[in-house]
Amino acid sequence: MSDNYGYKRTVVGAHYGLRDWLSQRVTAALMALFTVIVLAQLVLTKGPIGYDRWASIFSSQWMKVLTFAVIVALAWHVWVGVRNIWMDYVKPVGLRLVLQIFTIVWLVGCAGWGIQVLWRL
Amino acid sequence: MTELAKKRPEFRNINAFRDLTTYRMTPAAWVSILHRASGAVMFLLLPFVLWMFDTSVSSEISFGTFKAAFNSGLGFAPGWFIKLVALALIWAYLHHLIAGLRHLWMDVSHEAVNKQFGKTSALATLVISVALTLVLAAKLFGLY
Repeated sequence: MSDNYGYKRTVVGAHYGLRDWLSQRVTAALMALFTVIVLAQLVLTKGPIGYDRWASIFSSQWMKVLTFAVIVALAWHVWVGVRNIWMDYVKPVGLRLVLQIFTIVWLVGCAGWGIQVLWRL
Repeated sequence: MTELAKKRPEFRNINAFRDLTTYRMTPAAWVSILHRASGAVMFLLLPFVLWMFDTSVSSEISFGTFKAAFNSGLGFAPGWFIKLVALALIWAYLHHLIAGLRHLWMDVSHEAVNKQFGKTSALATLVISVALTLVLAAKLFGLY
């Protein structure tokens, strides 16, 4: 045990901890930034916000690209978070697998819907 | 085996019904579990979020449907119920966002990782998210 440190350290675990932790924070920061950008465009609008103004926020190409990135970030972020919930509370492996598959299908489906709405604007 | 080794306490996962009711939760504990709960709520309500995005943005006509859903209801769901679900989303988003910023701040600043900041920032998270939710609730239900 005395040389179990540095490059000789016995590394255990599944090795996705840091990646999950970092990706959840990076995606969170992107979504927070997106929130500020959308809110800023709403606040800077003079007068009541009707359909034209609301739709025009998302119809510019740079907003489409950004919103697309946010949808992907959201799906990734939620996958890390919801999988953590299943791993904490659901012990039977079969049930956990079913719930994880449901989560993936749910998220991919929702992301597809969001992207479809975005690109027919 | 020595007498001491035999008597060592054994810690197992808590039982939700037997143990949770006896817990005195600190503000940080409330923020933590509500962070998870709010995330789960938003995960389950994702189709509603997308329905709102779709109807509000797709066309003038669908925008009308979107507004009507909040004012006079949609199908079997009355307008106040749609507003209540939207309000649940608003609270969940605000709590999740502010609790997340608190996490990011603690990741960046080691000075922030102490008992006192843990408590005050948790209280601030709870107060700000609930206060903003109430302000937006008043707007949503037309009080101003």
